[in-house]
Amino acid sequence: MWDYSEKVLDLFYNPVNQGAIEDGNEPDVAVVFGEVGSIACGDALRLHLKIRTSSEQILDARFQTFGCTSAIASSSALTEIIKGKTLDEALNIDNHDIADYLGGLPEAKMHCSVMGQEALEAAIYKYRGIEVDHHDDDDEGTLLCKCFGVTENKVRRIILENGLQTVEQVTNYIKAGGGCGSCLAGIEDVLLEVEKETEPVRMAAGVALREAAAAATAEPRVLTTLQKITLIQQVIDEEVRPVLIADGGDVELHDVDGDRVVVKLQGACNGCASSDDTLRYAIAAQLRERVLPTLTVEAI
Amino acid sequence: MVVYLDNNATTQVDPAVLEAMLPYLSELYGNPSSMHSFGGQVKTALENARTQVAQLLGAQDTEIIFNSCGSEGNNTAIHAALAAQPEKRHIITTAVEHPAILSVCKHLEKKGYTVTYLSVDRQGQLDLMELEAALTGGTALVTTMYANNETGVVFPVEAIGMLAKEYGATFHVDAVQAVGKLPIDLSRSTIDMLTLSGHKLHAPKGIGALYVRRGFRFRPFLLGGHQERGRRAGTQNVASIVALGKAAELAQRDLQNAPKEAWLRDCLERELLHLVPDCEVNGNGSPRLPNTTNIGFKYIEGEAILYMLNREGICASSGSACTSGSLDPSHVLMAMGLPYTILHGSIRFSLSRFTTEAEIQHVLATMPGIVEWLRALSPFNNDQADWLQERDVALAT
Repeated sequence: MWDYSEKVLDLFYNPVNQGAIEDGNEPDVAVVFGEVGSIACGDALRLHLKIRTSSEQILDARFQTFGCTSAIASSSALTEIIKGKTLDEALNIDNHDIADYLGGLPEAKMHCSVMGQEALEAAIYKYRGIEVDHHDDDDEGTLLCKCFGVTENKVRRIILENGLQTVEQVTNYIKAGGGCGSCLAGIEDVLLEVEKETEPVRMAAGVALREAAAAATAEPRVLTTLQKITLIQQVIDEEVRPVLIADGGDVELHDVDGDRVVVKLQGACNGCASSDDTLRYAIAAQLRERVLPTLTVEAI
Repeated sequence: MVVYLDNNATTQVDPAVLEAMLPYLSELYGNPSSMHSFGGQVKTALENARTQVAQLLGAQDTEIIFNSCGSEGNNTAIHAALAAQPEKRHIITTAVEHPAILSVCKHLEKKGYTVTYLSVDRQGQLDLMELEAALTGGTALVTTMYANNETGVVFPVEAIGMLAKEYGATFHVDAVQAVGKLPIDLSRSTIDMLTLSGHKLHAPKGIGALYVRRGFRFRPFLLGGHQERGRRAGTQNVASIVALGKAAELAQRDLQNAPKEAWLRDCLERELLHLVPDCEVNGNGSPRLPNTTNIGFKYIEGEAILYMLNREGICASSGSACTSGSLDPSHVLMAMGLPYTILHGSIRFSLSRFTTEAEIQHVLATMPGIVEWLRALSPFNNDQADWLQERDVALAT
């Protein structure tokens, strides 16, 4: 059996707010529902909201759920959490709030709380008449998990949002990889990419600390021209390019003249309105920290 | 009140079995291989148990190798079959085997073997034409189950064996679910090797046996001492072997007296179908084990049903995704091509000789309310759910 909390079992055996909401055509009141999942996936949630249109307050919330013990408990918990909140407040609720309300969920059941969050978003966006999903990027890009229809972008987002580190965790949160298993290697690749992308931030922080400590006993860093160029090339290849490539861009080291570094922006970066920012923050800051603080960066 | 209807998972140790084995956990602790009468008397008990197991199967004593479990039996059999004909690199099995077969086959595929996974139809049954088409002179092994653990569907093993023999392939049968529930006579059989497990027939866990037909070129899997005539090393688990022997004797007695399990199972099935709308018996059109029923309750999910049943003291199991350990529903029900409404809401009840009419009545009194309650929570309650599924299939393709 699963290691369910008392709260999960209580809300499963004695759920509150189950059922649909009839639209009574009351003034200043809207009734809407959002739906995620399907019978093929093994769980589905239809979340019904009754909203005061003038204040955007959730007057009532009810659920209809096809799913396991924790899916039913998560749905019931969600309705309790959002009742009385405004839509904007409700949009700030994420799957952790649902899991916390339940006194925790088994790791393999975290996807039940994610389903709750997604149904809530679906209902609110439907009410607001926003056609595209909040995470519209999710639906684009490569379909990674064919069994559960999960795109690479969604895998990437859930890894970043929840700080996931293993393939098992990804499967637990959004099911990807839990079917035939043929995409497990693909999920691993995304995990490694995300890790690489977030590494410069962590490394930069580490370098800043080390430099601050070194500054006390400061001795200016002395590099030969060859060492300098090699180091610049290395930082660009290992730390800068992965970030840019993830955004559809790229960069190439063109020349190093004294402290002047000349780079060539490519792909989406070339001509992009935020090119200056890209240069200043992503490349120059990185190179100054990692190589020499006197470096300047120019693009051609 | 505990109503135990999960006997295909494991069974209660029969009190008579427990009584038979206990002395071998206390005063009769000798090693059956020893050269003194203190060990010798244990050897006698061991060989008596071998005879009891052999008799249940219609086999000879020397054809029985005691081991630790069904998984060991299956691993050993596959290994032995491939070692017997090392030049052949093709294996035929079915899509609905136990993981103790499927995992080994997947592993062997990585080692360069070719494996054919025979499909099953909506009734969980094999197509012998498909088997015949798959067989070649290069087929080393045909391995199928006798009866399926989830649906109870029984395969036509002798017909399968005849075809296997025609092509010179070794024929192994995983009979873990069938032994003790169906009469088996290996003296007139095409089966080369057959796996059984003690805890499925009221012996304890951790004991099993592999039947190996006399004359088959057997290669041991576990190397070491000379136990089991050099075919399975390791000091024998004497107490559990004695238990398995006793359990085999009791099973044989039960097979001779028409078992009441089948009657209770039929009663449970018939009444549930009568009391609960929108449910169906999986594999109903095939010959099935007398103790097993697998029923799909549409529009609701199996784990939720199990937790509701559990609160009523009823133990069953489900092929739903949430209970399978992976996120996919049962590979057996999927292979049968059942719709998702049935797959996720499938519940297996498996009975034993200890199941009583009162227990069945308790299930019949409880189940309709549980299904109704969960269906009231579900957004699906009619064929709209099937429509959704079709939509999903269309989106996926």
